[in-house]
Amino acid sequence: MSQIPMIEVSNLTKRYAGRTAVADISFTVGRGEIVGLLGPNGAGKSTTMRILSTFLPATSGTVRVAGFDVFRESVEVRRRIGFMPENNPLYPEMRVREYLKYRARLKGLGWRRSRERVATVMEQCGLTDVDRRIIGQLSKGYKQRVGLADALVHEPDLIILDEPTIGLDPNQIRSVRQLIKSLADRHTVLISTHILPEAEMMCSRMLILYAGEILAADTPENLQKLMQGSSPVVAEIAAPAEALRAAWAAMPGVLQFDVAASGGDFHRCTLTPRDGCDLRPEIFLLARERGWVLRELMRSRHSLEDVYVQVTQRNEEEEN
Amino acid sequence: MRVFMTLLRRELASFFLSVTGYIIIAAVTLLNSLSFVVLMTNLGSDPSLMPVTEMFYRTYFFWLIVLLSTPVITMRLFALEKSSGTFETLMTTPVGDLPVVVAKFAAALIFYLTAWLPTLVCLLTVRHFTGQGGALDAGTVGGMYLGIFLTGGLFLSLGCFASALSRSQMAAAMISFVLGVSLFSLGFLAEALPVTAQWQSQALSYFGLFEQMHDFARGVVDTRTVVFYVSAIFFFLFLTLRAVESRRWK
Repeated sequence: MSQIPMIEVSNLTKRYAGRTAVADISFTVGRGEIVGLLGPNGAGKSTTMRILSTFLPATSGTVRVAGFDVFRESVEVRRRIGFMPENNPLYPEMRVREYLKYRARLKGLGWRRSRERVATVMEQCGLTDVDRRIIGQLSKGYKQRVGLADALVHEPDLIILDEPTIGLDPNQIRSVRQLIKSLADRHTVLISTHILPEAEMMCSRMLILYAGEILAADTPENLQKLMQGSSPVVAEIAAPAEALRAAWAAMPGVLQFDVAASGGDFHRCTLTPRDGCDLRPEIFLLARERGWVLRELMRSRHSLEDVYVQVTQRNEEEEN
Repeated sequence: MRVFMTLLRRELASFFLSVTGYIIIAAVTLLNSLSFVVLMTNLGSDPSLMPVTEMFYRTYFFWLIVLLSTPVITMRLFALEKSSGTFETLMTTPVGDLPVVVAKFAAALIFYLTAWLPTLVCLLTVRHFTGQGGALDAGTVGGMYLGIFLTGGLFLSLGCFASALSRSQMAAAMISFVLGVSLFSLGFLAEALPVTAQWQSQALSYFGLFEQMHDFARGVVDTRTVVFYVSAIFFFLFLTLRAVESRRWK
Protein backbone atom coordinates (compact mmCIF):
# COMPACT_ATOMS: atom_id res chain seq x y z
CA MET A 1 0.00 0.00 0.00
CA SER A 2 2.78 2.40 0.89
CA GLN A 3 4.22 1.89 -2.60
CA ILE A 4 1.27 3.68 -4.14
CA PRO A 5 1.94 7.41 -4.42
CA MET A 6 -0.49 9.69 -2.64
CA ILE A 7 -1.30 11.70 -5.73
CA GLU A 8 -0.86 10.50 -9.27
CA VAL A 9 -1.82 12.95 -11.97
CA SER A 10 -1.26 11.97 -15.56
CA ASN A 11 -2.04 14.06 -18.61
CA LEU A 12 -4.67 16.05 -16.79
CA THR A 13 -6.49 18.60 -18.92
CA LYS A 14 -9.38 20.78 -17.88
CA ARG A 15 -11.19 22.99 -20.33
CA TYR A 16 -13.95 25.37 -19.40
CA ALA A 17 -16.11 26.71 -22.20
CA GLY A 18 -13.55 28.04 -24.64
CA ARG A 19 -10.69 28.29 -22.16
CA THR A 20 -8.07 25.78 -21.13
CA ALA A 21 -7.38 26.06 -17.42
CA VAL A 22 -5.03 23.11 -17.10
CA ALA A 23 -3.19 21.74 -20.10
CA ASP A 24 -1.90 18.19 -20.00
CA ILE A 25 -0.04 18.20 -16.71
CA SER A 26 1.43 15.17 -14.94
CA PHE A 27 3.00 14.85 -11.54
CA THR A 28 3.16 12.53 -8.57
CA VAL A 29 3.32 13.25 -4.89
CA GLY A 30 4.66 10.64 -2.49
CA ARG A 31 3.42 9.99 1.01
CA GLY A 32 4.58 12.44 3.66
CA GLU A 33 5.66 15.13 1.23
CA ILE A 34 4.68 18.77 1.50
CA VAL A 35 4.33 19.94 -2.05
CA GLY A 36 3.74 23.53 -3.08
CA LEU A 37 1.74 24.42 -6.14
CA LEU A 38 3.10 27.76 -7.15
CA GLY A 39 1.99 30.15 -9.80
CA PRO A 40 0.49 33.52 -10.56
CA ASN A 41 -3.26 34.02 -10.32
CA GLY A 42 -5.12 32.13 -13.00
CA ALA A 43 -2.36 29.61 -13.55
CA GLY A 44 -4.66 26.67 -12.86
CA LYS A 45 -3.82 25.99 -9.22
CA SER A 46 -7.37 26.08 -7.91
CA THR A 47 -8.70 24.08 -10.83
CA THR A 48 -6.13 21.36 -10.22
CA MET A 49 -7.07 21.26 -6.55
CA ARG A 50 -10.78 21.14 -7.26
CA ILE A 51 -10.25 18.17 -9.54
CA LEU A 52 -8.09 16.45 -6.93
CA SER A 53 -10.78 17.01 -4.33
CA THR A 54 -13.40 15.41 -6.65
CA PHE A 55 -15.42 18.62 -6.87
CA LEU A 56 -14.89 19.05 -10.60
CA PRO A 57 -14.41 16.40 -13.28
CA ALA A 58 -11.37 16.48 -15.53
CA THR A 59 -11.83 16.98 -19.25
CA SER A 60 -9.24 14.29 -19.93
CA GLY A 61 -6.44 12.48 -18.18
CA THR A 62 -6.51 10.48 -14.98
CA VAL A 63 -6.09 11.56 -11.40
CA ARG A 64 -5.62 9.09 -8.59
CA VAL A 65 -5.47 9.75 -4.89
CA ALA A 66 -4.07 6.90 -2.79
CA GLY A 67 -4.70 4.67 -5.80
CA PHE A 68 -8.38 5.61 -6.19
CA ASP A 69 -9.66 7.35 -9.28
CA VAL A 70 -11.12 10.73 -8.33
CA PHE A 71 -13.96 10.41 -10.79
CA ARG A 72 -15.02 6.79 -10.52
CA GLU A 73 -14.18 6.17 -6.86
CA SER A 74 -14.89 9.64 -5.63
CA VAL A 75 -16.32 8.62 -2.25
CA GLU A 76 -13.18 6.62 -1.42
CA VAL A 77 -11.09 9.63 -2.37
CA ARG A 78 -13.23 12.02 -0.35
CA ARG A 79 -12.81 9.83 2.74
CA ARG A 80 -9.05 10.30 2.48
CA ILE A 81 -8.75 14.01 1.82
CA GLY A 82 -9.17 17.15 3.84
CA PHE A 83 -9.82 20.04 1.50
CA MET A 84 -9.78 23.71 2.32
CA PRO A 85 -10.97 25.62 -0.76
CA GLU A 86 -9.95 29.10 -1.80
CA ASN A 87 -11.24 31.85 0.53
CA ASN A 88 -11.96 29.24 3.19
CA PRO A 89 -15.77 29.14 3.10
CA LEU A 90 -17.46 28.52 6.47
CA TYR A 91 -20.95 28.86 7.90
CA PRO A 92 -20.76 32.27 9.60
CA GLU A 93 -23.76 31.67 11.85
CA MET A 94 -22.35 28.54 13.51
CA ARG A 95 -20.14 28.33 16.57
CA VAL A 96 -16.61 27.00 16.25
CA ARG A 97 -17.05 23.75 18.15
CA GLU A 98 -20.51 23.19 16.69
CA TYR A 99 -19.16 23.64 13.16
CA LEU A 100 -16.24 21.28 13.65
CA LYS A 101 -18.50 18.72 15.26
CA TYR A 102 -20.91 18.98 12.33
CA ARG A 103 -18.09 18.56 9.84
CA ALA A 104 -16.65 15.60 11.74
CA ARG A 105 -20.05 13.87 11.71
CA LEU A 106 -20.47 14.55 7.99
CA LYS A 107 -17.13 12.95 7.39
CA GLY A 108 -18.43 9.79 9.00
CA LEU A 109 -16.93 9.98 12.49
CA GLY A 110 -19.02 8.48 15.26
CA TRP A 111 -20.38 10.54 18.13
CA ARG A 112 -17.63 9.77 20.62
CA ARG A 113 -14.85 9.80 18.05
CA SER A 114 -15.93 13.15 16.64
CA ARG A 115 -15.91 14.63 20.14
CA GLU A 116 -12.35 13.43 20.71
CA ARG A 117 -11.12 14.55 17.34
CA VAL A 118 -12.72 17.99 17.59
CA ALA A 119 -11.01 18.50 20.94
CA THR A 120 -7.69 17.39 19.46
CA VAL A 121 -7.78 19.58 16.39
CA MET A 122 -8.97 22.58 18.37
CA GLU A 123 -5.97 22.14 20.60
CA GLN A 124 -3.69 21.64 17.60
CA CYS A 125 -4.97 24.75 15.81
CA GLY A 126 -5.14 26.95 18.90
CA LEU A 127 -8.90 27.29 18.90
CA THR A 128 -9.71 26.20 22.44
CA ASP A 129 -10.25 29.74 23.68
CA VAL A 130 -12.80 30.56 20.96
CA ASP A 131 -14.73 27.29 20.97
CA ARG A 132 -18.09 28.91 21.71
CA ARG A 133 -17.65 31.99 19.55
CA ILE A 134 -19.69 32.53 16.40
CA ILE A 135 -17.53 31.97 13.34
CA GLY A 136 -18.75 35.12 11.59
CA GLN A 137 -17.35 37.24 14.40
CA LEU A 138 -13.88 35.73 14.45
CA SER A 139 -10.81 37.44 13.03
CA LYS A 140 -9.53 36.24 9.70
CA GLY A 141 -6.62 34.39 11.31
CA TYR A 142 -8.97 32.41 13.53
CA LYS A 143 -11.31 31.66 10.63
CA GLN A 144 -8.37 30.31 8.71
CA ARG A 145 -7.53 28.05 11.62
CA VAL A 146 -11.11 26.84 11.77
CA GLY A 147 -10.79 25.92 8.08
CA LEU A 148 -7.57 24.07 8.79
CA ALA A 149 -9.07 22.30 11.78
CA ASP A 150 -11.93 21.19 9.54
CA ALA A 151 -9.49 19.82 6.96
CA LEU A 152 -7.72 17.86 9.71
CA VAL A 153 -10.62 16.63 11.77
CA HIS A 154 -11.04 13.19 10.18
CA GLU A 155 -7.29 12.52 10.05
CA PRO A 156 -7.08 12.43 6.26
CA ASP A 157 -4.06 11.00 4.47
CA LEU A 158 -3.94 13.96 2.14
CA ILE A 159 -4.58 17.59 3.01
CA ILE A 160 -5.25 19.99 0.17
CA LEU A 161 -5.03 23.67 1.06
CA ASP A 162 -5.82 26.34 -1.48
CA GLU A 163 -4.07 29.61 -0.58
CA PRO A 164 -4.20 29.00 3.18
CA THR A 165 -2.39 32.20 4.16
CA ILE A 166 -4.01 34.69 1.82
CA GLY A 167 -5.17 37.89 3.52
CA LEU A 168 -3.49 37.22 6.86
CA ASP A 169 -1.11 39.53 8.68
CA PRO A 170 2.53 38.47 9.10
CA ASN A 171 2.02 37.06 12.60
CA GLN A 172 -0.97 35.04 11.56
CA ILE A 173 0.89 33.81 8.49
CA ARG A 174 3.71 32.63 10.70
CA SER A 175 1.43 30.67 12.99
CA VAL A 176 -0.52 29.09 10.14
CA ARG A 177 2.74 28.20 8.44
CA GLN A 178 4.08 26.56 11.57
CA LEU A 179 0.87 24.60 11.90
CA ILE A 180 1.15 23.32 8.33
CA LYS A 181 4.77 22.37 8.83
CA SER A 182 3.84 20.40 11.92
CA LEU A 183 1.46 18.27 9.84
CA ALA A 184 4.24 16.89 7.70
CA ASP A 185 5.04 13.86 9.79
CA ARG A 186 1.59 12.33 9.63
CA HIS A 187 0.00 13.71 6.48
CA THR A 188 0.76 14.47 2.88
CA VAL A 189 0.11 18.12 2.18
CA LEU A 190 -0.55 19.83 -1.13
CA ILE A 191 -0.63 23.56 -0.78
CA SER A 192 -1.12 26.30 -3.33
CA THR A 193 0.27 29.77 -3.06
CA HIS A 194 1.53 32.62 -5.14
CA ILE A 195 3.85 33.78 -2.40
CA LEU A 196 7.32 32.41 -2.92
CA PRO A 197 9.03 32.69 0.43
CA GLU A 198 6.10 30.79 1.84
CA ALA A 199 6.60 27.84 -0.46
CA GLU A 200 10.31 28.06 0.09
CA MET A 201 9.86 27.72 3.83
CA MET A 202 7.21 25.05 3.98
CA CYS A 203 7.55 22.77 1.02
CA SER A 204 9.83 19.86 0.37
CA ARG A 205 9.07 20.13 -3.32
CA MET A 206 7.57 22.78 -5.57
CA LEU A 207 5.66 22.69 -8.82
CA ILE A 208 5.67 25.94 -10.72
CA LEU A 209 2.48 26.26 -12.69
CA TYR A 210 2.00 28.84 -15.37
CA ALA A 211 -0.92 29.18 -17.80
CA GLY A 212 -2.04 25.65 -17.04
CA GLU A 213 1.35 24.01 -17.54
CA ILE A 214 4.05 22.83 -15.17
CA LEU A 215 7.19 24.84 -15.89
CA ALA A 216 9.44 23.46 -13.23
CA ALA A 217 9.19 20.82 -10.53
CA ASP A 218 11.92 20.32 -7.97
CA THR A 219 13.01 20.95 -4.41
CA PRO A 220 13.48 24.60 -3.46
CA GLU A 221 17.25 23.96 -3.18
CA ASN A 222 17.53 22.46 -6.63
CA LEU A 223 15.52 25.23 -8.18
CA GLN A 224 18.00 27.63 -6.65
CA LYS A 225 20.92 25.61 -7.92
CA LEU A 226 19.42 25.85 -11.35
CA MET A 227 20.15 29.53 -11.15
CA GLN A 228 23.34 29.54 -9.16
CA GLY A 229 25.58 28.32 -11.95
CA SER A 230 25.59 31.83 -13.28
CA SER A 231 25.08 33.81 -10.11
CA PRO A 232 27.64 36.61 -9.75
CA VAL A 233 30.33 36.79 -7.08
CA VAL A 234 30.95 40.09 -5.34
CA ALA A 235 34.36 40.90 -3.87
CA GLU A 236 35.46 44.12 -2.19
CA ILE A 237 39.21 44.47 -2.36
CA ALA A 238 41.61 47.29 -1.52
CA ALA A 239 43.75 47.47 -4.64
CA PRO A 240 44.27 49.78 -7.61
CA ALA A 241 41.44 49.49 -10.14
CA GLU A 242 43.88 48.81 -12.99
CA ALA A 243 45.52 45.90 -11.21
CA LEU A 244 42.13 44.42 -10.43
CA ARG A 245 40.94 44.68 -14.03
CA ALA A 246 44.08 43.00 -15.23
CA ALA A 247 43.75 40.22 -12.66
CA TRP A 248 40.13 39.46 -13.58
CA ALA A 249 40.88 39.50 -17.28
CA ALA A 250 43.59 36.94 -16.66
CA MET A 251 41.39 34.65 -14.57
CA PRO A 252 39.99 31.89 -16.84
CA GLY A 253 36.76 31.32 -14.89
CA VAL A 254 35.56 34.88 -15.28
CA LEU A 255 33.08 35.55 -18.01
CA GLN A 256 32.35 39.20 -17.28
CA PHE A 257 33.47 41.66 -14.66
CA ASP A 258 32.74 45.11 -13.38
CA VAL A 259 34.90 47.18 -11.06
CA ALA A 260 33.51 50.17 -9.18
CA ALA A 261 34.98 52.42 -6.50
CA SER A 262 33.54 51.70 -3.09
CA GLY A 263 35.05 54.26 -0.69
CA GLY A 264 38.70 54.58 0.36
CA ASP A 265 41.04 52.20 -1.42
CA PHE A 266 38.35 49.64 -1.89
CA HIS A 267 36.81 48.57 -5.13
CA ARG A 268 33.69 46.55 -5.52
CA CYS A 269 34.12 43.90 -8.17
CA THR A 270 31.18 42.00 -9.58
CA LEU A 271 32.26 38.89 -11.43
CA THR A 272 30.10 36.64 -13.52
CA PRO A 273 31.57 33.13 -13.62
CA ARG A 274 31.49 30.72 -16.49
CA ASP A 275 29.02 27.87 -15.99
CA GLY A 276 29.56 25.84 -12.87
CA CYS A 277 32.71 27.68 -11.73
CA ASP A 278 33.10 28.71 -8.12
CA LEU A 279 35.36 31.77 -8.21
CA ARG A 280 35.56 32.40 -4.49
CA PRO A 281 38.62 30.29 -3.56
CA GLU A 282 40.55 31.69 -6.49
CA ILE A 283 39.78 35.24 -5.47
CA PHE A 284 40.88 34.58 -1.94
CA LEU A 285 44.14 32.99 -3.07
CA LEU A 286 44.80 35.89 -5.40
CA ALA A 287 44.24 38.46 -2.67
CA ARG A 288 46.53 36.59 -0.28
CA GLU A 289 49.24 36.23 -2.89
CA ARG A 290 49.21 39.92 -3.79
CA GLY A 291 48.74 41.04 -0.20
CA TRP A 292 45.46 42.83 -0.97
CA VAL A 293 42.98 43.42 1.77
CA LEU A 294 39.74 41.54 1.16
CA ARG A 295 36.82 42.82 3.21
CA GLU A 296 33.90 41.08 1.54
CA LEU A 297 33.50 38.02 -0.58
CA MET A 298 30.10 36.57 -1.40
CA ARG A 299 28.10 34.82 -3.99
CA SER A 300 24.76 36.51 -4.42
CA ARG A 301 22.20 33.81 -3.86
CA HIS A 302 19.33 33.87 -6.28
CA SER A 303 16.14 33.71 -4.38
CA LEU A 304 13.34 31.56 -5.64
CA GLU A 305 11.75 34.79 -6.65
CA ASP A 306 14.31 35.09 -9.42
CA VAL A 307 13.68 31.52 -10.50
CA TYR A 308 10.00 32.18 -10.55
CA VAL A 309 10.22 35.45 -12.41
CA GLN A 310 12.71 34.03 -14.86
CA VAL A 311 10.72 30.87 -15.52
CA THR A 312 7.40 32.61 -15.91
CA GLN A 313 8.76 35.50 -17.94
CA ARG A 314 10.63 33.29 -20.29
CA ASN A 315 7.31 31.80 -21.20
CA GLU A 316 5.63 35.11 -21.68
CA GLU A 317 8.35 36.13 -24.07
CA GLU A 318 8.00 32.92 -26.01
CA GLU A 319 4.33 33.57 -26.39
CA ASN A 320 4.82 37.09 -27.73
CA MET B 1 -28.87 7.66 8.09
CA ARG B 2 -26.56 9.11 10.72
CA VAL B 3 -25.16 11.52 8.16
CA PHE B 4 -28.67 12.37 6.98
CA MET B 5 -29.71 13.30 10.52
CA THR B 6 -26.60 15.48 10.86
CA LEU B 7 -27.47 17.29 7.63
CA LEU B 8 -31.12 17.64 8.60
CA ARG B 9 -30.26 19.07 12.01
CA ARG B 10 -27.96 21.64 10.46
CA GLU B 11 -30.58 22.67 7.86
CA LEU B 12 -33.26 22.98 10.51
CA ALA B 13 -30.95 25.04 12.69
CA SER B 14 -30.33 27.44 9.84
CA PHE B 15 -34.11 27.98 9.59
CA PHE B 16 -34.96 28.16 13.24
CA LEU B 17 -31.85 29.92 14.51
CA SER B 18 -32.07 32.80 12.09
CA VAL B 19 -34.03 36.01 11.95
CA THR B 20 -35.28 35.32 8.42
CA GLY B 21 -36.91 32.13 9.64
CA TYR B 22 -38.98 34.02 12.17
CA ILE B 23 -39.80 36.79 9.71
CA ILE B 24 -41.28 34.17 7.39
CA ILE B 25 -43.25 32.59 10.24
CA ALA B 26 -44.51 36.04 11.29
CA ALA B 27 -45.56 36.92 7.75
CA VAL B 28 -47.39 33.64 7.27
CA THR B 29 -49.13 34.07 10.61
CA LEU B 30 -50.13 37.63 9.72
CA LEU B 31 -51.70 36.55 6.44
CA ASN B 32 -53.42 33.66 8.15
CA SER B 33 -54.85 35.95 10.80
CA LEU B 34 -56.17 38.32 8.14
CA SER B 35 -57.77 35.37 6.47
CA PHE B 36 -59.28 34.39 9.81
CA VAL B 37 -60.70 37.86 10.36
CA VAL B 38 -62.35 37.72 6.93
CA LEU B 39 -63.74 34.31 7.80
CA MET B 40 -65.14 35.56 11.10
CA THR B 41 -66.80 38.53 9.43
CA ASN B 42 -68.40 36.27 6.84
CA LEU B 43 -69.60 33.82 9.45
CA GLY B 44 -71.04 36.64 11.47
CA SER B 45 -73.06 38.10 8.61
CA ASP B 46 -74.69 35.04 7.08
CA PRO B 47 -74.85 31.42 8.13
CA SER B 48 -73.29 28.80 5.91
CA LEU B 49 -73.48 25.05 5.46
CA MET B 50 -69.84 24.76 4.51
CA PRO B 51 -67.29 23.33 6.94
CA VAL B 52 -65.14 26.04 8.43
CA THR B 53 -62.00 24.67 6.80
CA GLU B 54 -63.60 25.01 3.40
CA MET B 55 -64.50 28.60 4.06
CA PHE B 56 -60.93 29.14 5.08
CA TYR B 57 -59.82 28.22 1.60
CA ARG B 58 -62.50 30.08 -0.25
CA THR B 59 -60.37 33.14 0.35
CA TYR B 60 -57.28 33.67 -1.79
CA PHE B 61 -55.12 34.15 1.26
CA PHE B 62 -54.11 30.51 1.27
CA TRP B 63 -52.63 30.63 -2.21
CA LEU B 64 -51.03 33.96 -1.57
CA ILE B 65 -49.21 32.40 1.38
CA VAL B 66 -48.17 29.28 -0.53
CA LEU B 67 -46.98 31.11 -3.61
CA LEU B 68 -45.09 33.79 -1.72
CA SER B 69 -43.60 31.88 1.18
CA THR B 70 -42.25 28.81 -0.61
CA PRO B 71 -39.76 30.67 -2.84
CA VAL B 72 -38.50 32.62 0.16
CA ILE B 73 -38.09 29.44 2.21
CA THR B 74 -36.24 27.53 -0.49
CA MET B 75 -34.18 30.22 -2.20
CA ARG B 76 -31.37 29.90 0.34
CA LEU B 77 -30.99 26.12 0.22
CA PHE B 78 -28.44 25.67 -2.56
CA ALA B 79 -27.91 29.18 -3.89
CA LEU B 80 -26.40 30.47 -0.65
CA GLU B 81 -24.03 27.52 -0.32
CA LYS B 82 -22.94 28.00 -3.90
CA SER B 83 -22.31 31.71 -3.60
CA SER B 84 -20.50 31.46 -0.26
CA GLY B 85 -18.41 28.50 -1.40
CA THR B 86 -19.55 26.12 1.34
CA PHE B 87 -21.06 23.98 -1.41
CA GLU B 88 -17.50 22.99 -2.21
CA THR B 89 -16.67 21.95 1.34
CA LEU B 90 -19.98 20.13 1.63
CA MET B 91 -19.64 18.20 -1.62
CA THR B 92 -16.05 17.15 -0.95
CA THR B 93 -17.03 15.25 2.18
CA PRO B 94 -17.96 11.59 1.70
CA VAL B 95 -21.67 12.52 1.73
CA GLY B 96 -23.64 11.58 -1.37
CA ASP B 97 -25.71 14.06 -3.36
CA LEU B 98 -29.00 12.35 -2.51
CA PRO B 99 -28.88 12.80 1.29
CA VAL B 100 -28.00 16.47 0.79
CA VAL B 101 -31.00 17.07 -1.49
CA VAL B 102 -33.41 15.12 0.69
CA ALA B 103 -32.20 16.74 3.92
CA LYS B 104 -32.61 20.23 2.49
CA PHE B 105 -36.09 19.45 1.18
CA ALA B 106 -37.16 17.78 4.43
CA ALA B 107 -35.94 20.72 6.51
CA ALA B 108 -37.81 23.18 4.29
CA LEU B 109 -40.97 21.08 4.59
CA ILE B 110 -40.73 20.83 8.38
CA PHE B 111 -40.20 24.57 8.61
CA TYR B 112 -43.13 25.24 6.29
CA LEU B 113 -45.45 23.03 8.33
CA THR B 114 -44.32 24.77 11.51
CA ALA B 115 -45.27 28.10 9.99
CA TRP B 116 -48.80 26.71 9.52
CA LEU B 117 -49.19 25.47 13.08
CA PRO B 118 -50.75 28.73 14.37
CA THR B 119 -53.82 28.00 12.19
CA LEU B 120 -54.70 25.28 14.68
CA VAL B 121 -55.36 28.04 17.18
CA CYS B 122 -57.80 29.65 14.72
CA LEU B 123 -59.67 26.39 14.34
CA LEU B 124 -59.80 25.82 18.08
CA THR B 125 -61.11 29.35 18.56
CA VAL B 126 -63.96 28.70 16.14
CA ARG B 127 -64.76 25.46 17.88
CA HIS B 128 -64.72 27.06 21.29
CA PHE B 129 -66.96 29.98 20.44
CA THR B 130 -69.43 28.26 18.16
CA GLY B 131 -69.73 25.31 20.46
CA GLN B 132 -70.52 23.20 17.44
CA GLY B 133 -68.44 20.07 17.01
CA GLY B 134 -69.99 19.56 13.59
CA ALA B 135 -68.39 22.64 12.11
CA LEU B 136 -65.03 20.99 12.53
CA ASP B 137 -64.56 17.28 12.35
CA ALA B 138 -61.40 15.24 12.23
CA GLY B 139 -61.93 14.42 8.55
CA THR B 140 -62.04 17.95 7.26
CA VAL B 141 -59.23 19.15 9.49
CA GLY B 142 -57.10 16.15 8.51
CA GLY B 143 -57.89 16.74 4.85
CA MET B 144 -56.96 20.35 5.15
CA TYR B 145 -53.59 19.64 6.72
CA LEU B 146 -52.91 16.88 4.20
CA GLY B 147 -53.63 19.48 1.52
CA ILE B 148 -51.29 21.97 3.13
CA PHE B 149 -48.62 19.28 3.37
CA LEU B 150 -48.95 18.18 -0.26
CA THR B 151 -49.20 21.62 -1.89
CA GLY B 152 -46.34 22.79 0.31
CA GLY B 153 -44.26 19.79 -0.70
CA LEU B 154 -44.94 20.44 -4.36
CA PHE B 155 -43.99 24.10 -4.28
CA LEU B 156 -41.01 23.50 -1.99
CA SER B 157 -39.60 20.81 -4.27
CA LEU B 158 -40.02 23.25 -7.13
CA GLY B 159 -38.15 25.84 -5.05
CA CYS B 160 -35.35 23.37 -4.28
CA PHE B 161 -34.89 22.83 -7.98
CA ALA B 162 -34.81 26.57 -8.68
CA SER B 163 -32.26 27.09 -5.91
CA ALA B 164 -30.04 24.31 -7.26
CA LEU B 165 -30.00 26.04 -10.63
CA SER B 166 -28.68 29.35 -9.45
CA ARG B 167 -25.91 30.99 -7.47
CA SER B 168 -28.02 33.95 -6.53
CA GLN B 169 -30.76 33.70 -3.94
CA MET B 170 -32.73 36.43 -5.68
CA ALA B 171 -32.66 34.60 -8.99
CA ALA B 172 -33.63 31.36 -7.24
CA ALA B 173 -36.63 33.03 -5.61
CA MET B 174 -37.74 34.56 -8.91
CA ILE B 175 -37.41 31.31 -10.83
CA SER B 176 -39.40 29.38 -8.27
CA PHE B 177 -42.03 32.11 -8.03
CA VAL B 178 -42.52 32.25 -11.79
CA LEU B 179 -42.60 28.45 -12.11
CA GLY B 180 -44.96 28.21 -9.15
CA VAL B 181 -47.40 30.80 -10.48
CA SER B 182 -47.36 29.18 -13.92
CA LEU B 183 -48.07 25.78 -12.43
CA PHE B 184 -50.89 27.26 -10.38
CA SER B 185 -52.40 29.01 -13.40
CA LEU B 186 -52.40 25.83 -15.50
CA GLY B 187 -55.48 24.60 -13.68
CA PHE B 188 -57.48 27.64 -14.69
CA LEU B 189 -56.65 26.98 -18.34
CA ALA B 190 -58.84 23.90 -18.23
CA GLU B 191 -61.86 26.06 -17.50
CA ALA B 192 -60.94 28.52 -20.23
CA LEU B 193 -60.72 25.82 -22.89
CA PRO B 194 -63.75 25.22 -25.14
CA VAL B 195 -65.91 22.21 -24.30
CA THR B 196 -64.78 20.43 -27.47
CA ALA B 197 -61.19 20.17 -26.21
CA GLN B 198 -61.92 16.96 -24.32
CA TRP B 199 -58.58 15.37 -23.49
CA GLN B 200 -56.77 18.67 -23.16
CA SER B 201 -59.04 19.88 -20.44
CA GLN B 202 -58.92 16.43 -18.84
CA ALA B 203 -55.10 16.60 -18.73
CA LEU B 204 -55.06 20.16 -17.47
CA SER B 205 -57.58 19.43 -14.76
CA TYR B 206 -54.87 17.38 -13.01
CA PHE B 207 -53.10 20.68 -12.53
CA GLY B 208 -56.17 22.31 -11.04
CA LEU B 209 -54.41 22.91 -7.77
CA PHE B 210 -57.05 25.37 -6.66
CA GLU B 211 -59.92 22.90 -7.05
CA GLN B 212 -57.90 20.07 -5.52
CA MET B 213 -57.14 22.10 -2.43
CA HIS B 214 -60.80 22.97 -2.26
CA ASP B 215 -61.56 19.25 -2.12
CA PHE B 216 -59.00 18.66 0.60
CA ALA B 217 -60.50 21.45 2.66
CA ARG B 218 -63.93 19.81 2.34
CA GLY B 219 -62.39 16.61 3.63
CA VAL B 220 -62.47 14.87 0.26
CA VAL B 221 -59.24 13.00 -0.38
CA ASP B 222 -58.95 11.73 -3.93
CA THR B 223 -56.22 9.14 -4.47
CA ARG B 224 -55.51 10.44 -7.97
CA THR B 225 -54.77 13.85 -6.55
CA VAL B 226 -52.50 12.45 -3.86
CA VAL B 227 -50.63 10.38 -6.42
CA PHE B 228 -50.32 13.43 -8.65
CA TYR B 229 -48.82 15.54 -5.86
CA VAL B 230 -46.45 12.86 -4.62
CA SER B 231 -45.15 12.10 -8.09
CA ALA B 232 -44.73 15.80 -8.85
CA ILE B 233 -42.68 16.16 -5.66
CA PHE B 234 -40.51 13.20 -6.66
CA PHE B 235 -40.13 14.63 -10.14
CA PHE B 236 -38.85 17.99 -8.93
CA LEU B 237 -36.56 16.39 -6.35
CA PHE B 238 -35.15 14.23 -9.11
CA LEU B 239 -34.50 17.33 -11.20
CA THR B 240 -32.83 18.94 -8.18
CA LEU B 241 -30.59 15.93 -7.76
CA ARG B 242 -29.59 16.11 -11.41
CA ALA B 243 -28.88 19.82 -11.09
CA VAL B 244 -26.64 19.14 -8.09
CA GLU B 245 -24.85 16.36 -9.95
CA SER B 246 -24.46 18.45 -13.09
CA ARG B 247 -21.19 19.98 -11.91
CA ARG B 248 -19.65 16.55 -12.34
CA TRP B 249 -20.89 16.10 -15.89
CA LYS B 250 -18.11 16.15 -18.39
